[in-house]
Amino acid sequence: MSQPVVDAVDVVKFLGRGAGRVQALKGVSLSLRGGELVLLMGPSGSGKTTLLSILGCLMTPTSGMVRVRGRPVADLDPEGLARIRRDHIGFIFQSYHLFPTLTAEDNVRLALDVRGERAQRKAARDVLGMVGLAHKTRAFPGELSGGEQQRVAIARAIVGKAPAILADEPTGALDAQNGQAIMSLLAGIARDQSRGVLVVTHDPRILPFASRIVHIDDGRIVGEETGSEAKKVSMS
Amino acid sequence: MMPLKFRLAYRNLFHDRLRFIATIVGIIFSIVLVTVQMGLYVGFRRMVTTMIDHSSADLWIMPAGTKCFEDPSLLDDRQRFRALAVEGVADAAPLVIGYAQWRLPSGTTTPVFVVGSELRGSGLRPWNLAGGRIDDLTVPGAVAIDQSYFERLGVSGIGDSAEIRDQKVQVMAVTKGIRSFTTTPYVFAGVDRARSYTGMAANKVSYFLVRVAPGSDVGRVRRQLRDGLPDVEILTAAEFRSRSRSFWLFGTGAGAALFAGALLGFIVGTVIVAQTLYSSTKDHLSEFATLRAIGSSGAYIYLVIILQALLSAVIGFCGAVAISSVVVGMTADSALPIVMTPTMALALFLLTGVMCVASAIAAIVQVMRIDPTTVLAR
Repeated sequence: MSQPVVDAVDVVKFLGRGAGRVQALKGVSLSLRGGELVLLMGPSGSGKTTLLSILGCLMTPTSGMVRVRGRPVADLDPEGLARIRRDHIGFIFQSYHLFPTLTAEDNVRLALDVRGERAQRKAARDVLGMVGLAHKTRAFPGELSGGEQQRVAIARAIVGKAPAILADEPTGALDAQNGQAIMSLLAGIARDQSRGVLVVTHDPRILPFASRIVHIDDGRIVGEETGSEAKKVSMS
Repeated sequence: MMPLKFRLAYRNLFHDRLRFIATIVGIIFSIVLVTVQMGLYVGFRRMVTTMIDHSSADLWIMPAGTKCFEDPSLLDDRQRFRALAVEGVADAAPLVIGYAQWRLPSGTTTPVFVVGSELRGSGLRPWNLAGGRIDDLTVPGAVAIDQSYFERLGVSGIGDSAEIRDQKVQVMAVTKGIRSFTTTPYVFAGVDRARSYTGMAANKVSYFLVRVAPGSDVGRVRRQLRDGLPDVEILTAAEFRSRSRSFWLFGTGAGAALFAGALLGFIVGTVIVAQTLYSSTKDHLSEFATLRAIGSSGAYIYLVIILQALLSAVIGFCGAVAISSVVVGMTADSALPIVMTPTMALALFLLTGVMCVASAIAAIVQVMRIDPTTVLAR
């Protein structure tokens, strides 16, 4: 089995201060390995997004350890965490978060530009071609459908060849057909043994794409099943 | 190909056109205000020393404590001979200045500032002659005035007459552009006539303009003059220029007022640009958070904001230069022209850049506080 691209060990996270302080994660351990598409499922407020933020180095845990490609990130400052995200993590958001004043191509190029990479245009076009948007490189986000915008966001996430792709409700704003198409793309990405995809979702329609499903509730991992087990359950 | 940072900056800036226009208008008027104030300062600085600038004297002998060219203190005429006795002094030309009343042919009077000098040697003669000759001023009662004061002095050109202190004067030479910042017209005449016009005693003068003999050391001549003339001050032209400027610009508060106006313009411009950049950044906060989430460094984001500021500066500066050029042209023939020099234009460009970049600080501080996890909020 591949090495974990990102893993969390016994992570605890408190959010807020004073009377509003809550424990969002209560000792969570989770690994994302290359070649797998993991679904992180749970009800609202269960800690899914907090865990995604910590795995994605957007947030640091109160205690516990997070490693990206085996390297602990606990002692990194915000700039160091930004470097980790830039080089190792690709994000896909429910509301796409594309830049409305930039074309699809420039939105994708941004992920390379922040890394200081040159020859961005060709790489951006190639990736847009991979997600089926070769004909929309010059379009602005406002001219694209929701599904197309999410494809651009996927292109932005993968153009830097990040080993960990973290997606937050990527199909949440899409209809069933577009949701299936997006998940097919993500599943395709996860076939690459050097890349793992973690999807936070509560959309049961995408279960068939998972190689593993992790259930979280009240800040704890409460169950885990393989994709084939889930398929059996969903078929029955 | 345009760098993506630059593209992002200019699209952020141009995205809200109304706000962009408001920013540019703010910058333009701020810089025009600074230009006018600084242009007035430079113009004033030049005007207050125009007589000193147009004198060929190496040294000025003046009453002790003289503050500026227009100072009414007087010297004794006999000191001229003591000065001429100093080795290395080639000439010590008397200069008489003072206010007088010019009576127009209509009978009304207006104040004038009389400058009386020898018309040869190192005397201070009118320059920029637009009509007549210097030699024409040797005629008794001949004066030279600037053509811009014709209407005020009730004359229309060479040959016209008026009176000063009940003495007939005739315009025999006309200059162009010799204007006083006090708006009182200059009237050039011979030394004796000037004394008579200003009511000065025949044994008094305002200055001696010293020309040092070729090969003589100005410093040494000055030391010797000081030894021989203990009750006067002897300044080089540069020193007298500096003293006059210092008196008019800072002794009177005029310079401080001009500087304060310029500073006000700078502050207003900074606040306008800061406000715009701040609100623009606030509008694009989710985009900057996305940039941060996908791994951009803080420096990358700050650069985008600074590029926005610099773009605003360049566009605003171009507009300000266009308007300022019109203002400069309109005041060129006035008593106190607004002056714009290439150095000043460069300095204003740098000032605009500094103003806009300083304005970006508030926006940068806001971006520094961005929490990238906000991109996950729904």
